[in-house]
Amino acid sequence: MSTLAETKIAPIERPEYEREVVEHSGSGEVERRLSAWERISNIDALRRLFILLILAIVWELYARWLNNPLMFPTFSATMSALVDSVVRGELLSRILTSIKILLMGYGAGVGIAAVLTTIAVSTRIGTDLLSTLTAMFNPLPAIALLPLALLWFGLGIPSLVFVIVHSVLWAVALNTYTGFLGVSETQRMAGQNYGLRGLRYVLFILIPAAFPSILAGLKIAWAFAWRTLIAAELVFGVSSGSGGLGWFIFENRNLLETANVFAGLTAVIVIGLLVESVVFRFVEERTVRKWGMQR
Amino acid sequence: MPISNSDTGKLLEVKGVTLQYKTNEHLVTATHKVDFDVYRGDRFILLGPSGCGKSTLLKAVAGFMKPVEGSILLNAHPVERPGPDRMMVFQEFDQLLPWKTVLQNVTFPMTATGSHSQRVANEKARHYIEKVNLSKFADAYPHMLSGGMKQRVALARAMAMEPDILLMDEPFAALDALTRRKMQDELLRLWDDIRFTVLFVTHSIEEAVIVGSRILVLSPHPGRVKAELNAGAFGHAEQGGEDFMKLNNRIHKMLFAEAIAEGTVA
Repeated sequence: MSTLAETKIAPIERPEYEREVVEHSGSGEVERRLSAWERISNIDALRRLFILLILAIVWELYARWLNNPLMFPTFSATMSALVDSVVRGELLSRILTSIKILLMGYGAGVGIAAVLTTIAVSTRIGTDLLSTLTAMFNPLPAIALLPLALLWFGLGIPSLVFVIVHSVLWAVALNTYTGFLGVSETQRMAGQNYGLRGLRYVLFILIPAAFPSILAGLKIAWAFAWRTLIAAELVFGVSSGSGGLGWFIFENRNLLETANVFAGLTAVIVIGLLVESVVFRFVEERTVRKWGMQR
Repeated sequence: MPISNSDTGKLLEVKGVTLQYKTNEHLVTATHKVDFDVYRGDRFILLGPSGCGKSTLLKAVAGFMKPVEGSILLNAHPVERPGPDRMMVFQEFDQLLPWKTVLQNVTFPMTATGSHSQRVANEKARHYIEKVNLSKFADAYPHMLSGGMKQRVALARAMAMEPDILLMDEPFAALDALTRRKMQDELLRLWDDIRFTVLFVTHSIEEAVIVGSRILVLSPHPGRVKAELNAGAFGHAEQGGEDFMKLNNRIHKMLFAEAIAEGTVA
């Protein structure tokens, strides 16, 4: 910069010209199909599967080298235990039990969150209520409420549902509320311009506009709920009749069926992955991604 | 609403309107005792530098805020709240609902207000989308469109409601110069075709002279009426012509004189 100022460089004068724009056809390629390798490596699922494969191989090799099936069974032993438990029908019914309870708690939690958030957006005292309650209860691990739940509701499904509701409610309410606050002023005014008010305004403008946040809340809440449930089932006795997946893990540990313990844990992980990458992915593809609100 | 030449009454009366809004620390007076009347078929421009309260004035007409003094009458009825009889086109591109396609964005106000059945709304929407040359994009989502196209959708959406008056808040300000020019032409062409009434906010003198048939010049801090001028004779074809430049300079002096006066005070 300084040299320019010191020596006073001026641009050289050049003649003007105008020209006919050159025909484009035939000058180089416009579109080319990617190579097979490029196309395959562009598939997310395949790349992730590859990572899983590597992990499985490492696991198998380490377990064989360790050679202690009581402490650390091999990948193949775990898989055969998993298949075995599923085929015998025990694991499947356990999973169903867990998922049934989970859905009850999740549904109730989301419902209560919806009510709480509606109150929060419509009144100022509601806002204070929500932010105070969230600040108090969000950091409180749901599992810490289990002793209290057992005292109030006894051994059984209601206690489990109670702790799941606790784990779902705050995450969903907080995210939904934050999402509502983030809706742009222009979209709000556009909605009001159409004469929308009250519940119709919330339903047709606020909820879709805040959907990325709401969906994030639902995802977090799902993970919270699932881990809370498994942990709660580990503590629980068998008295709830047929125990869930957590109880399956606990039982097999007591029987020193370590491969089954691993199989149970694998089931927990697989279900978590499935919900994340199938259910939520499906919803995302059809909503926020299609709308260009999320990449 | 399409209007015939015989039907030219006062449509909007703004009488002695003072507008104030609160920020966290200040009470700001945006306009002070502003009067003007908009007649049917007007392309009425609110022109002024930033701080003259022109956007606030438009928001008050839209019903988003109440005047602390004075009254705003539309068809002799006071404006109470936002409503689809005063459809608004905003400056921001995110005024379209991203979860709806172009067609759905245009039909939504019609069906949400219950003024049209879904079938009629679809027909009307297609008609107006055709008018803004976006038929090919009827099923696209807003995020796939360019800024100019989004503004055209917003225009189609507002016109399809056939409001009493169309409110436009610097609708082309965020566009590049070439697209802006095209949009101004398009608006004038549509006006020629349908003859709606529009209240248009801008800070560009040139845009005011080209788009407007009547220009209200406002002075800043707080906004007060400085002049009301006729500009019906000018389009892009007249740009740079003698009369065009004369009007341009006249307005320029009005706004510029103010700035100098302010500069000397400060």
